[in-house]
Amino acid sequence: MSAVISTDICIIGAGPVGLFAVFEAGLLKLRCHVVDALPQPGGQLSEIYPKKPIYDIPGYPEILAGDLVDNLMKQCAPFHPTFTLGERVERFEKLANGSFQLATTDGTEITCKAVAIAGGLGSFEPRKPAVENLERFEGGKGVHYMVRDPEHFRDKKIVIAGGGDSALDWTNFLAGVASEVTLVHRGTTFRGAADSAEKVKTLAEAGKIKLVLSSNVTHLHGNGHLQEVTITGNNGEAETVPLDAFVPLFGLTPKLGPIGDWNLDLTDDAIVVNTEDYSTSLPGVYAIGDINTYPGKLKLILCGFHEAALMCQGAFKYIFPDKKYTLKYTTVNGAPSL
Amino acid sequence: MEDIRIYVEEAPGQRRELEAPTDMGLSLMELLKANDYPIQATCGGMALCATCHVEVLAGPPLPEPSDDEWAMLDTLPVLHETSRLSCQIRLHPNLDGLVVRIADPA
Repeated sequence: MSAVISTDICIIGAGPVGLFAVFEAGLLKLRCHVVDALPQPGGQLSEIYPKKPIYDIPGYPEILAGDLVDNLMKQCAPFHPTFTLGERVERFEKLANGSFQLATTDGTEITCKAVAIAGGLGSFEPRKPAVENLERFEGGKGVHYMVRDPEHFRDKKIVIAGGGDSALDWTNFLAGVASEVTLVHRGTTFRGAADSAEKVKTLAEAGKIKLVLSSNVTHLHGNGHLQEVTITGNNGEAETVPLDAFVPLFGLTPKLGPIGDWNLDLTDDAIVVNTEDYSTSLPGVYAIGDINTYPGKLKLILCGFHEAALMCQGAFKYIFPDKKYTLKYTTVNGAPSL
Repeated sequence: MEDIRIYVEEAPGQRRELEAPTDMGLSLMELLKANDYPIQATCGGMALCATCHVEVLAGPPLPEPSDDEWAMLDTLPVLHETSRLSCQIRLHPNLDGLVVRIADPA
């Protein structure tokens, strides 16, 4: 297990609001550690629409979502935030001294004096198909919702399901790694990138992969570890295929996840906050951006930026109840640093 | 411009009528959200997330999905013959009487 990370504020969520919170915390000389379930910073902006222009960021008549993330990373860099990416905060505990202890899915431990949840709509989790016994073979027993390391599949028999770009791309890539690749798609055509779809068809015609169209994986079988899948055609005909791994690739969808179990006041899967400082029902825990709710809430990035600024003032008072803080403009202090 | 009626099938045989303005440039997704239906519409209406997936059950014919909408629908594990992304359906007087069901979130 890695060493415990110790910081002033742990920000859960590396979306635009979480990143701006790092900057605002830095202005108050507070150190930040940022955790996100996605493997890169930027949240929805990086994951869903990096090449789409945004028009309502003050000072930017138009900016690509990906460029906004890059700029926010540059803006918070002087404060040297640390990141744990690709891991989700799973365990959350408030200690007797008012500080917090967090642990991620991969065992990373973080202690901090305050927590800011900037989790957007929650963590992005794989869309799961309705396949019998799917969950029985999760957790290293044969079902993989993403390809972290292609080498894991070397010389293995794998079945990929899906019709989007991820399914096409990994089918093409793993055709040269796995011993046998079967791609199952419920439709007859692919509307992902045309060249990827063409490559899949070429590989199938050359006998290098097996392409099963108009079909779905419907059952998983195995004793402890996945051994076979049943593929059922839209015409009702079924066949059983032996395999080592099943890789359903149907994209990501946001889920609130473990945050819902942290005893915070929630309404409709959103965290109720006090708009004075965006504090939650648990002192020392704050929620900013799309994950919170209050009368008049607007789910806009620019509103999240405002919330981040006020939240950091509140967190500063929570961490240092005896210190007096006087607001200073960045134009007065010059280039920011911790 | 007159308001139109959109029906949401909340349970088999149980339809809720929504009055929808057609002069505000709203999408079906925005109408559903405004009426507190639990769709996330994560991407805000860019056909990029499929969290506003609906099934069209009856009503006037709709324009064909764009390539972007098809590409997004194609990523879903479950797709119905009349699946659409509600963010891509612009409310228009021609859509009076449209009946939809909100698809189960995957």
